[in-house]
Formats: sequence, structure tokens, C-alpha cells
Amino acid sequence: MAPSRFSLLTLLRQAFSGPPDLSAHWRSPAPGPAYDVVIIGAGGHGLATAFHLAAEHGIRRVAVLEKGWLGGGNTGRNTTIVRSNYLMAESAALYEHALRLWEGLSQALNYNVMYSPRGVMMLAHNVHDIAVLKRHIYANRLAGIDNEWLSPAEAKAFCPPLNLAGGMRYPVLGAALQRRGGTARHDAVAWGYARAASALGVDIIQNCEVTAIDRDRAGAVSGVETTRGAIAARKIGVVAAGHTSVVMALAGLRMPLESYPLQALVSEPVKPVFPCVVMSNTIHAYISQSDKGELVIGAGTDAYVSYSQTGGLHIATHTLDAICELFPMFRRLRMLRNWGGIVDVTPDRSPIIGLTPVPGLFVNCGWGTGGFKATPGSGQVFAHTIATGAPHPINAPFSLDRFRCGRLIDEAAAAAVAH
Amino acid sequence: MLLIPCPYCGPRPEIEFSYGGEAHLARPRDPAACDDAAWGDFLYARTNPKGIHAERWRHAHGCGRFFNALRHTVSDQFLITYRIGAPRPEIAA
Repeated sequence: MAPSRFSLLTLLRQAFSGPPDLSAHWRSPAPGPAYDVVIIGAGGHGLATAFHLAAEHGIRRVAVLEKGWLGGGNTGRNTTIVRSNYLMAESAALYEHALRLWEGLSQALNYNVMYSPRGVMMLAHNVHDIAVLKRHIYANRLAGIDNEWLSPAEAKAFCPPLNLAGGMRYPVLGAALQRRGGTARHDAVAWGYARAASALGVDIIQNCEVTAIDRDRAGAVSGVETTRGAIAARKIGVVAAGHTSVVMALAGLRMPLESYPLQALVSEPVKPVFPCVVMSNTIHAYISQSDKGELVIGAGTDAYVSYSQTGGLHIATHTLDAICELFPMFRRLRMLRNWGGIVDVTPDRSPIIGLTPVPGLFVNCGWGTGGFKATPGSGQVFAHTIATGAPHPINAPFSLDRFRCGRLIDEAAAAAVAH
Repeated sequence: MLLIPCPYCGPRPEIEFSYGGEAHLARPRDPAACDDAAWGDFLYARTNPKGIHAERWRHAHGCGRFFNALRHTVSDQFLITYRIGAPRPEIAA
């Protein structure tokens, strides 16, 4: 095992003691016969849930089952943007809860997740955008969340690569800036939670696909069948992102979800040129620069339901058109890789975190195009829901039942992609 | 980009089409008689299968007509198209 605790002292000791310690940061045990809680899906949200179950609620007989490899789904495929400037009070509370946890996450996990509050700037290109962004700003400030209006000149001062030249089809008329927003290192988030959860006794079992959900005579869950054998558990949490409909169908449930491919792409690495995160809902682009120097660019979803983990080239092209007009200095840059992830989108673009009609079965899904930013908060409130059997006040409005009673949380502007 | 076989115009690029979501979702004949669960299920629940999906398309920038299609959601391959109102064809994966 790697060092039990990272610190300056550990770093110095390792620097002067023989070959580097490259051992695994978490255990890879064989699945046990029974656990108190089984989490399906070892992405950021699932691992965070397991960590909080063990750390806060003392439930350490927890297994996290993953059909592929840890963090290999949307956790490893997103554009790592962190922000909390959502319009609706329920959403703002949920994402702000997560943002506060991001601020201390590296210390809490003793793992550097490289959270970088470099500012998230959302651009306005027409009168409607100005009205919408100012409405967000006022709603956020009433809720005590930082968000401020910038004139075009102020936006240019905050992000010098921005193009304010005349003749643009969609000129920049201003911007909303959340200074505490920024980015974090997506892989480190999965690894940090996996290491911390494993140290508390959580079993992380990879290459273990759930093939059935077992029920007892009363209809409550009693365990799962997997490609590595049967595992008994009285509580099951499904955190399977784009595959949630597939997993929930094993319990006979039809979900208010549709799965779409969402694309992202990165450029060749260059010297530091881009100081913040810039998003534009109207012309469909978001961009930041990673610490490796690549420009990380997010495109939109395809129009149709798919599990293909790829996406149409015309979608990415559309985004690059917008990037090149906003930032002409990137026109000669080469793109290094592009990829797709499968995102589960709800009708109201808000997540579902809570109970299901099946006793013992809990679900955390529907994060659509913007789940990464919520990882720590999502894990904490979902762990509370599983441990106590009732939702935390923060996730109570995000019930599955809202699609029956009609109390929707309509976040039409949940991400910088038109839904 | 998908190459979509419009049953009226032949294969055309995806950007000529608009997507209409899952097919065969019949609106309840008497909505007032539905309870909340049945109405919510009609409005919001979707099959969202990993496999063969019955879905609606419209050749918006061509003939303008609606049609149904069976498509595999992993390969994105179109298996068959059929008329609006016709029952879902039986087809092996």
C-alpha cells in the first residue's frame, strides 16, 4: 500500500529512500458474500457516497461495484467545471453545498484534487442573454452566492483572449462571473475518494457488472447478481449515470430519463494562455485550460438517444466554430483527442437523488450534462439518504416522486449546452 | 453524423432531420380519468433501452414527413423504418 498519509514529511522521506513507492492507493478485494450497502457505479458520485457512508455514518460494510474500471465513465470524460450559480433556490442550495465541500476537499481526503477557483465567466450575446444572466445574478446574490455582472471591457480584462472586435455574429455584450467557480482534476477526485473510502474499509470491486437485482417476498431488495457472483445487501444505491435506466429496469422500474452522448475535446498542450473558465450558452461552447496545458472544450449533446460513447462530428465542429470566433488566437491550434460520454437527462434538467418505489433501493441519477461539479455534495446527501432511509433537506426536493406530483425543478439553463 | 434512410427520399445526412423521441407513447384517451402516477408515467417515463429503440424522426429539411424507425442505441445503426401509425415491426437484434 502507498503511504497512509500524504504530507511534506512523507514527501521528504520518500525523496531520500530508494525507489519510489508505486503501489496501489486502494485495495482490490474479491467480492464478499454480503454487505450492509451496495453502491452500483464507481464514478465520483458513487465513490463519494461510499466515503460519506463510512466516514460520517459509520457504515463500513460497503461495496462499490463497477462494471468497467474506476472513474472510467463520465467522471473521466467531463470538462471538470465547478460552479454553483444555478437559478432555482433548490438547485442553488444543492450546488452551493457541493462548492463549499470542494473548497476543503483536498484536506478532507488528504489527496490533492487540484480544485482551482479561477472564476467561471458566462457570456451574454444578445438582449435575452443579458436579462437571463442578470436574473441569475440577482437570484444567486439573494441566496448569498457570489455572482457579478461584468461589462464587455471588464470581461476582456478578466479574460484577455476574449475577442471584442466588431463584425461578430454574436458580439460579447457582457458576462456573469462567479469568482469561486473553477475547475478540479477529475481523475484525482475519483482516486482521492477511492483511496479514502478504501482506507475506511469500503470494498471497491471493479470489472463486476450487476446482472440482476434480487427481491424478497415483501418486494424489498435482498441483493444483486453480478458477473462475479451473488452479493447480499438490504440497501442498494444506484449511481450509474447514463446506464441508470438499464440498471433500474432490472428492478422493473421505468425512469424519467433519456441517455444522450455528450462530447468533449482537448487541444495539443500549450503554455498557460487562458486564465479562467468561459461558457456561452447561446453559441454553445465552454473552454478552460488544464494544468497540462491542453485547452479543454465541451461540445453539445447529440439529438438522439444513444449509448455509443461517441458523438457526431458536426456537433464538435459547431462548438469549434464558436470557440474560433470568441478566441481567434486558437484558430491554428490542433485538436488532440475527442470523446463522448453518455449522460442521463431528466425532463426538468435537475437530478434525482432519493428513494424509489422499491424498498431498500435508492437512486442518484439524472445529472445530465453537469454532474461533476456536484460530486462531493451529491455523495454526502445521498449517503445521508441511504443511511437514514430519508432524504437530507438539501436533496428532498430532488425526489423521483416529483414526476408524479408535478413539483418539477426547471433548470433549463443547467449547463452551457442547449437541451 | 448519421446517415438516415428516409422512407420517402432515401438516405440523407442527419442534419436534415429532427428527432422526435420514443415512438408508440399513446396519450391516454381520457386524461381526466388517469391518476397522477399514470399521467406522470405517460409524460415523463421513457424506455431508454440499451439496444433496439423505436423512435420518431421527421425529415424536416426534406420531404417534411414523419416516420418511425428501429435503431440500435449502441451501434446507432438503423434497422428498419416504418410508417407513423403502423405497429412496431418484429425484428431480431
